[in-house]
Amino acid sequence: MKQSLFTLEHARQLTADTYELVLSGDVSAITAPGQFVNVELPGRFLRRPISIANWTEDALLLIVRVVGEGTRELVRSVPGTELDTLSGLGSGFDLTDCPENPILIGGGVGAAPLFGLAGRMREVGVTPTVALGFRTAADAFYLEEFARLGCHLFIATEDGSLGTKGFVTDLVKASPACTAAFVCGPTPMLKAVHALPQLKSGQYSFEARMACGFGACVGCTIQTTGGPRRVCKDGPVFQKEEIVW
Amino acid sequence: MVNLGVTLAGVALKNPVIPASGAFGYGREFAEVYDLDILGSFSFKGTTAQARFGNPQPRIAETACGMLNAVGLQNPGIDAVIAEELPNIAKLFHGPVIANIGGNTVEEYAENCRKLDACPQVGIIEVNISCPNVHCGGKNFGSDSKSAAEVTAAVKAATKKPVFLKLSPNVTDIAEIAKACADAGADGLCLINTLLGMRIDLKTKRPLLANRTGGLSGPAVFPVALRMVWDVYEAVKLPIIGCGGISSAEDVCEMMLAGASAVEIGAANLKNPAACKTIIEKLPAVCERLGVTEISQLTGGAHA
Repeated sequence: MKQSLFTLEHARQLTADTYELVLSGDVSAITAPGQFVNVELPGRFLRRPISIANWTEDALLLIVRVVGEGTRELVRSVPGTELDTLSGLGSGFDLTDCPENPILIGGGVGAAPLFGLAGRMREVGVTPTVALGFRTAADAFYLEEFARLGCHLFIATEDGSLGTKGFVTDLVKASPACTAAFVCGPTPMLKAVHALPQLKSGQYSFEARMACGFGACVGCTIQTTGGPRRVCKDGPVFQKEEIVW
Repeated sequence: MVNLGVTLAGVALKNPVIPASGAFGYGREFAEVYDLDILGSFSFKGTTAQARFGNPQPRIAETACGMLNAVGLQNPGIDAVIAEELPNIAKLFHGPVIANIGGNTVEEYAENCRKLDACPQVGIIEVNISCPNVHCGGKNFGSDSKSAAEVTAAVKAATKKPVFLKLSPNVTDIAEIAKACADAGADGLCLINTLLGMRIDLKTKRPLLANRTGGLSGPAVFPVALRMVWDVYEAVKLPIIGCGGISSAEDVCEMMLAGASAVEIGAANLKNPAACKTIIEKLPAVCERLGVTEISQLTGGAHA
């Protein structure tokens, strides 16, 4: 964990409620895709935990969905705004022994950390299958960016306005050769994906309301097969075998 | 040069700054940020006889100038804390620690004290009779004088270490509870625990916390805590650890002027992991501005 100031370089609206933010600053504490940052906002007591979509030597890419007043203020910040940030939080996805034919499964803004994950996989010569689910075509984002990485990209929308009509679980079933999953999305989606017998192994990124984001308050604890675990510090990514619903 | 040293019931601390129980875990995460030996002491996560998972999710909600928590005393149980956490704390912090304990029964409090009495690292036992998030058969020991006195007498009989009772603000007259603890032999008091509060999610029209209610902390509660420390200082002669919404060196001094001998800092650590370090570094300059060479001179200074 590192506490430092990041400077907003630019913000771009991707969908009605989703924004891309690029920040510059010290990214040295970030070690794995799937980690997150906890951003302080003026006038708000708690920081806002936001997953890292990607990072380079000196820049941080966040994809933020507006869920309340705090995130609304964040995406409306003007370039040059300095944000007190705790970076490199959480465990992230484990890429040691990266499977040959992984499937990255994202729901809504849960697609964000999968972008950095897909990039890291491409760097080690692995071509992931990426299955993204959205409510409707207008909610979809980063499709070109994923395609440009050279992933096998499949989309599902609930109303059929883009890609397959249905859910990410339908996309998984349509790729029977994929048995190793990397998953991020809303809890009902995680649960549905976790129940698929096709997926023999998996890493699942969880969400929780949290205060500190670095393991002190235990506000975000969930039960696992190994006992209580903090989503912020022991997670947010948990192995398939650890998960208890 | 300002002397920041304070004494709590015979236990000497290098300064009055103590991270509060529940906001500091067992110190591990903060030791990544700064050397814990700069602290006066620290009060580790509230400990019960048996391991507790705590309450279901969600347990955290934001408020104006603060937060609600309904963690519900998640902890691995006293035996695991003594066997695993205390040895680790010994590597991170070399002064006397404050052991915060909870209980469902008077006997559980006493048993926890007996076990901690054998731990030389523990300087003070802080007895939480005020957690708003744990339903002990509907009973909250800190909410009436009789049960507060009962717990105090039982823990005093179970340990030779100084015992501080952590009091609830969710009472009509906190000074009356404080007097009951003092009469039953308490060595000191810590106040306040969190204020019972609530938020409702407008999207679901249901309480935001799974526990429905939670404990309010953060700067929002500072004036309430300050007033209660003032009232208790007037009512009893015991040393007081002032706690509630402190987030700056100025707040520390204000709390001491109201009557605190030392302070606990909770929610500020969660917002800013270096909060206590920053506060300790700024204390000498604030004391100089106030014209004191020993910070302990501030205690109760606002009472004419």
